[in-house]
Amino acid sequence: MIRLEKRPEPSQNWALATPVLAVLATMVAGGIMFALLGKDPVEAIRTIFWDPLFHPDFAAFSRPQLLVKAGPLILIAIGLSLGFRAGVWNIGAEGQYIIGALCGAGVGLAFYPLEAFWIFPMMVIAGALGGWAWAMIPGILKTRFNTNEILVSLLLVYVAEQLMASMAVGLLRNPEGSGFPGSRNLQQYASAANNELIAGTGMHWGVVAALIAVIFAYILLNRHIMGFNIRLAGQAPRAAKFSGVKPARLILFCLGVSGALAGMAGLFEVAGPAGQITIDFNVGYGFTAIIVAFLGRLHPVGILLAGLLMALTYIGGELAQFMLGLPAAAIQAFQGMLLFFLLAGDVLTNFRIRLGRAEVA
Amino acid sequence: MTHPLLSIQGVTKAYPGVVANDTVSFDIQPGEVHALLGENGAGKSTLVKMIYGLVKPDAGRMELHAAPYEPASPHAARNSGIAMVFQHFSLFEALNVAENVALGMEDPPPMATLAERIREVSETYGLPLDPARLVGDLSAGERQRVEIIRCLLQDPNLLIMDEPTSVLTPQEVDILFETLKKLSAEGTAILYISHKLEEIRTLCDAATVLRLGKVVGACNPREKSARELAEMMVGQLLHTPDKGAKETGDVALAVKDLSVASQNPFGTALKDISFEVRRGEVLGIGGVAGNGQDDLLAALSGEMITPAETVRLGHQPVGALGPNDRRRLGILCAPEERLGHAAAPDMSLTENALLTGAIRESLSKNGFLDWARTRGFAETIIEKFDVRTPGPTHAARSLSGGNLQKFVIGREILQRPEVLVVNQPTWGVDAAAAASIRQALLDLATDGAAIIVISQDLDELMEVADRFAALNEGRLSEPRPTQGLTIDEIGLMMGGAHGMEVAHVA
Repeated sequence: MIRLEKRPEPSQNWALATPVLAVLATMVAGGIMFALLGKDPVEAIRTIFWDPLFHPDFAAFSRPQLLVKAGPLILIAIGLSLGFRAGVWNIGAEGQYIIGALCGAGVGLAFYPLEAFWIFPMMVIAGALGGWAWAMIPGILKTRFNTNEILVSLLLVYVAEQLMASMAVGLLRNPEGSGFPGSRNLQQYASAANNELIAGTGMHWGVVAALIAVIFAYILLNRHIMGFNIRLAGQAPRAAKFSGVKPARLILFCLGVSGALAGMAGLFEVAGPAGQITIDFNVGYGFTAIIVAFLGRLHPVGILLAGLLMALTYIGGELAQFMLGLPAAAIQAFQGMLLFFLLAGDVLTNFRIRLGRAEVA
Repeated sequence: MTHPLLSIQGVTKAYPGVVANDTVSFDIQPGEVHALLGENGAGKSTLVKMIYGLVKPDAGRMELHAAPYEPASPHAARNSGIAMVFQHFSLFEALNVAENVALGMEDPPPMATLAERIREVSETYGLPLDPARLVGDLSAGERQRVEIIRCLLQDPNLLIMDEPTSVLTPQEVDILFETLKKLSAEGTAILYISHKLEEIRTLCDAATVLRLGKVVGACNPREKSARELAEMMVGQLLHTPDKGAKETGDVALAVKDLSVASQNPFGTALKDISFEVRRGEVLGIGGVAGNGQDDLLAALSGEMITPAETVRLGHQPVGALGPNDRRRLGILCAPEERLGHAAAPDMSLTENALLTGAIRESLSKNGFLDWARTRGFAETIIEKFDVRTPGPTHAARSLSGGNLQKFVIGREILQRPEVLVVNQPTWGVDAAAAASIRQALLDLATDGAAIIVISQDLDELMEVADRFAALNEGRLSEPRPTQGLTIDEIGLMMGGAHGMEVAHVA
């Protein structure tokens, strides 16, 4: 008989080991799935994890994609992780990402064709403010009227998508675009473009911002009273209140920061890799970032690594679809397995398994 | 030859790292009131859980009516005629008495029949109870009656009662004892678990004393003094805290006309509470659980904000200030619930030291935390208050209740409060640790702090308090000096038998 027994204290070793074990278990289980689909499992795994970085033909294209994809994931996930630690569930980062992109791009396009060094910084600020404001809607509704932030933030994603569609065909449409939906391409507007900083690396300002966010989050959580209060409120809300934490202020702080970071991620994307506001500008970074945040154990460094890993499975997954003809659903299932094994492994951090004999009656 | 009702023979149960019961043997005779004595952690609960089928013993055997008894579940135990009243009630507040009783039955009769039977049993055994009342509106004593009646409807041979009087006023205790004596006279045996020695001396025919999982003695409690029983339990001579001679100074904390709705829907609103505490004085606030203790603490700690003038520190109105502003001024508190309220279970002791110590111990600068200093503060608490733990990096939940309580109380005392408010400071703490906590509170008062001890343990309040007041349905009685206060007077201050006429046992 197998029993789970609660550990008196969470095990540090297991907390570090489970992500590694989860990746290995995913490779095994994923390999079995690929084999059942009639593909060579070893080749499939290699295509996903190895080829994007080291294949002689593809690596030159796919390696920079790693940072391009990981940047927004990390930036958004860092913001979300603060809220998740405090028990504030912002599920609507996708919407804040869209609004950030709209606001930032809107500011840039308003100055077109003026060339000035301050335009891009202004766009970054506008993007952050846009995301912040969009996150304040669930924040204020929650603190004032005790609404559920999960529902409100999630539903606002769909509002944001509609708003973006209307912008792409209306206010922000490229006047010289021969009637096609979509804004001017910001890549072709030097003062507003978020260009690759070092050629061939995929490194753009959004990646820099993500790295800074990792460092700030680390300091906040480990060295600052605000970070302590966030952790306290998530683990023991009553003790937090006793300690003097004001719940409403904490909720607004967490939603505000995660909204602002998601908004910035949106702006960096629209001014860089995407280039323009289109009807289908968003590709789900805001939702995937939720997985990244948990995969990284809500820890800033963990999120950095998880963001890179998640980006790798995306790029590798696309490569596998293209090279081996694996169905897209198989790749999604593969990514799902990763989260599944991680959460299953988490049990071992707090519980130990006992192979108990049947008890003597 | 008559058989014992239940015979326990060499029963052993081990958990990882601790032997909860080590070859425990004793017999319970039919109709006997048998006391099971021991400190927290002595193994009383484990033993009782084995009898009630919740836990299986590793070794040893039990016999009921001279036949082997191996209950696989509480259900099996109940079918064998064993019933149990737990210390913590399992009742639904939004349902009425009869509905609650029905929920515990295998095959409940129609509601009207059940209500009739409840009324019948409650009259026979002198337990006044109206089957149609909502449990949420009942006092703790009345809720206990629901649990007892639920058991009595099964006609048990053995009734197990776990710390039944901890939630009762002295008058309610009298009613309960009449009932138990009547049951015992009719042949029902009672296994009575308590650490209140005077009660055991009044009620019980036999006693088995457990210490660290082993039976260390059996006696007739009527032939022993309470002190002798206590020393059997603890295994050492007891140290009674001494109240130093002290002078009381100016009024430190004054509460005036404090009325506030409860924080939770079934809580008790505070009504017109007024009192003063002077420097160097200990004010004891008694009362049965659920009469507004938690809300009073919240109103004093700043977790619940009230009009500024209702709470004053010296001359300064503080009612509208939050917990941290009050801490800055010197009002410190230690809530009753250790895990989750006074301390965060999964955080280390260092982090828990920060939880209330950040301001007065200057553990942060411009919001940035000084972990070295915080760790030092945690180490000081651990050392000064003899907290048994390998070190401050360990999680709060890894400590035993008593050790965590010492940590929580020590954390507040070491911050040199002007006013200290503690709720149930020694709840679930072993006798030696309880004595040291009480001594620390008295020492703090001697140094000039004003102390408010909220507790349900009357003996504790008589030991430490200079003045005593009781909370009853959210109202606070006029504080009176503890010296010369009789148990009857205290009972009346606590609300007597909660407005119920004492039923006369036929």
